Amino acid sequence: MNRGVIHVDESPIPLERWRRYLPNWLKRYLPVRGGRAEDHHGKAIFGFTVFLLSESIVFLSFIFTYVGLRLTHSENWLPPGISGPELSNFVIINTIVLLSSSFVIQPAENALKHHRLNKFRWLWLMTICMGTYFLIGQGIEWSNLDFGLSTGLVGSTFYVLTGFHGLHVLTGVILQITMLVRSFRRGNYEKGHFGVSATTLFWHFVDIVWVFLFSLLYIWQA
Amino acid sequence: MTHDSSENITEDREPQNESENNWRRYFSFSTDHKVIGVQYMVTTFIFFLIGGLLAMLIRAELITPQSNVLDRPLYNGLFTLHGTIMIFLWIIPFNAGISNYLVPLMLGARDMAFPLLNAISFWILPPSGILLISSFLLPNGTAQSGWWSYPPISLQIPPGQPINGEFIWIVSIVLIGISSIMGAVNFVTTIFWMRAPGMTFFRMPVFVWSVLSAQLLQLINLPSLTGALILLLFDLSFGTQFFKPLENGDPIIYQHLFWFYSHPAVYIMALPAFGIFAEVLPAFSRNPLFGYRSLAVASLGIAVVSIFVWVHHMFTSATPSWMRILFMFTSMLVAVPTGVKAFGWTATVWKSKLHLETPMLFAMGGAAMFLLGGVTGVMLAAVPFDIHVHNTYFVVGHFHYIVFNTITMAIFAAIYYWFPKITGRMYAEGWGKVHFWLTFIGANLTFFPMLPLGLQGMVRRISSYDPRYQGWNVIASLGGFLLGVSILPFIANMIGSLLYGQRAVNNPWHATGLEWQTTSPPPRDNFEEIPVVKRPPYDYGDPKYSVIEPSDYHQGEK
Ligand code: HEM
Ligand SMILES: [Cu+2]
Repeated sequence: MNRGVIHVDESPIPLERWRRYLPNWLKRYLPVRGGRAEDHHGKAIFGFTVFLLSESIVFLSFIFTYVGLRLTHSENWLPPGISGPELSNFVIINTIVLLSSSFVIQPAENALKHHRLNKFRWLWLMTICMGTYFLIGQGIEWSNLDFGLSTGLVGSTFYVLTGFHGLHVLTGVILQITMLVRSFRRGNYEKGHFGVSATTLFWHFVDIVWVFLFSLLYIWQA
Repeated sequence: MTHDSSENITEDREPQNESENNWRRYFSFSTDHKVIGVQYMVTTFIFFLIGGLLAMLIRAELITPQSNVLDRPLYNGLFTLHGTIMIFLWIIPFNAGISNYLVPLMLGARDMAFPLLNAISFWILPPSGILLISSFLLPNGTAQSGWWSYPPISLQIPPGQPINGEFIWIVSIVLIGISSIMGAVNFVTTIFWMRAPGMTFFRMPVFVWSVLSAQLLQLINLPSLTGALILLLFDLSFGTQFFKPLENGDPIIYQHLFWFYSHPAVYIMALPAFGIFAEVLPAFSRNPLFGYRSLAVASLGIAVVSIFVWVHHMFTSATPSWMRILFMFTSMLVAVPTGVKAFGWTATVWKSKLHLETPMLFAMGGAAMFLLGGVTGVMLAAVPFDIHVHNTYFVVGHFHYIVFNTITMAIFAAIYYWFPKITGRMYAEGWGKVHFWLTFIGANLTFFPMLPLGLQGMVRRISSYDPRYQGWNVIASLGGFLLGVSILPFIANMIGSLLYGQRAVNNPWHATGLEWQTTSPPPRDNFEEIPVVKRPPYDYGDPKYSVIEPSDYHQGEK
């Protein structure tokens, strides 16, 4: 294998590429047979993934709390007169936008790997727009709800869970903007690349978390 | 595989400069893992002294059955901060410090995987600790609900005080947690990516295996505490009701999240200590470590099992019976890999010629005390017994036998053992032995009485008690003061030896680890040339390593 050089998966079938995401990751980034200290990119991606593993446990602890409260307090979950978060078309569209952005950011990262800087920038910009759209959408949704942070368990859980996730989306968007700006600076290419891969990973992570939160907060509610 | 030395010296590290080797860099934002390691160790030791002072105040109050030295809120604040400091600002970060110093050296690496991140992890610690301790200055004092911070007690604060001791407590613990997570990412990456050529997993010292296991626990379990504390903070200050029983919340969920971290946390503290035993015992008995592979794997085994035992802290928290039985079973299962460890240590020193220098005394003393700590742990894991002694001094005795008599002893063993490597000087052996005996006697005088006290039913966290408990309490308090005194020869020895100690040779103990193959103290980049590893660790059967003479410690200048 080509050590220290960014490994490009050139499998022609896109679906195949997604299916092999995890095996490829393991092959590329998990050095079981000996360290490869000089491979800074690989090392950094490994570290970042390990960090995301950790981060997912914070979400899991929130989800555990949510499910625990929900199961034991089903009868007084909603205070009188409150209908809870609604599975409106607005929310569904917002979700679709966020989830499909994963399928935009991945080609963007691949484009950078193939040194196609312009394609990267356009797709990257598109991801930024989709993320921002989601954030604004969540803001609008929050301001239209008929309950607040301290309205019963439903308010406590809903705002803290979506808020914490929203904070992650915001972080992701800020990271993306940073990477985009960097891509215009000459010579920053090498450094920018780890940042781009990490941001991409982070973005997938944020999306996957949303799948769980969405199912719990909106679908289970309905 | 190219492991060229010059390649690895990367941009985010300061240049190598031998004359820079002065005290000043220990106060700077250095990215050298050795400097950071020392920074961690010295800082946490200061916190240890503060925590110890609080403990002596607690023991002063408990000499008499009445509550007369301290008022109740202050007493509550003292035991809360004592526990918090000892766990979050002494043992866990000290382990991070010694691991920081040793892991790259033991792996044959030039530094940690992310030097800059490493420095940041450290520098989060002192401000968080100072923040925590400064809460003594608040009008209502520090947090008073113990290191568990169980709601609803932790939520019972006087109204109209948004910034209170509990608030500060949560913020500092979350910050310290962030520092630990960053450290854990760094350690795990370092161990996977920075190994020298030939350093396979089964050539890593057991200490590195222990650090790997402990840091994996940090990664997987610590975030659940962070999550719980964030929710608690919202309950405390922003009007949510996750854990408020009067408003539909459920405090038991907090207990689950808390113990999902805090049980594994006891192994985050204990595993590096086990690793220290595995380094010191073979070196001073001139024997290969018995059952190296099983000891290495047992570290991971302990880590894995300990993820699934947290409910044993909740046997009396309205836990359904099936769950109690299940977790009683898993808790007892921990004894298996732990037993493997203890057996390995014993077999290593069995029938060997022991060299009883200070590190060895501390290691053997610590390992022996682990017996009592472990046995009382298995007793507590039995549901009927635990229901009887839960929240009594028996529990306090149990965990102090482990956290002080085992882990803190191991830490002292480590300090003496690696002192020559870190400072390039020898410590004074005689004072080391004085320190050991004072500590050993003091610790047993302090913590043994707690076991019978607990069996007789004295509950913990009280400042006044029934007079019939006074006898054992007086012994424990006197032991506690002795323990306080025992630290003085240690400090004197460390400072004196640092300034005037004899120069140490590179490998005074004739030990086999890679860290002994470089100079004492090691140069900025650890090794002249990255070593190629061809041998298993603990190769003490080799005649080259088989003798140890006191005169070897200081063979002239380095
Ligand atoms: C090896 C290192 C160990 C450490 C550092 C340790 C530490 C602790 C600590 C700090 C507590 C008190 C928690 C509190 O504040 O309530 C505790 C309680 C307990 N420990 Fe350990 N322990 C260790 C090993 C064990 C083992 C091996 C077992 C059982 C197999 C065990 C079983 C228990 C139980 C059941 C309790 C709860 C007692 C109660 O509150 O009723 N421990 N331990
Ligand atoms: Cu436990």
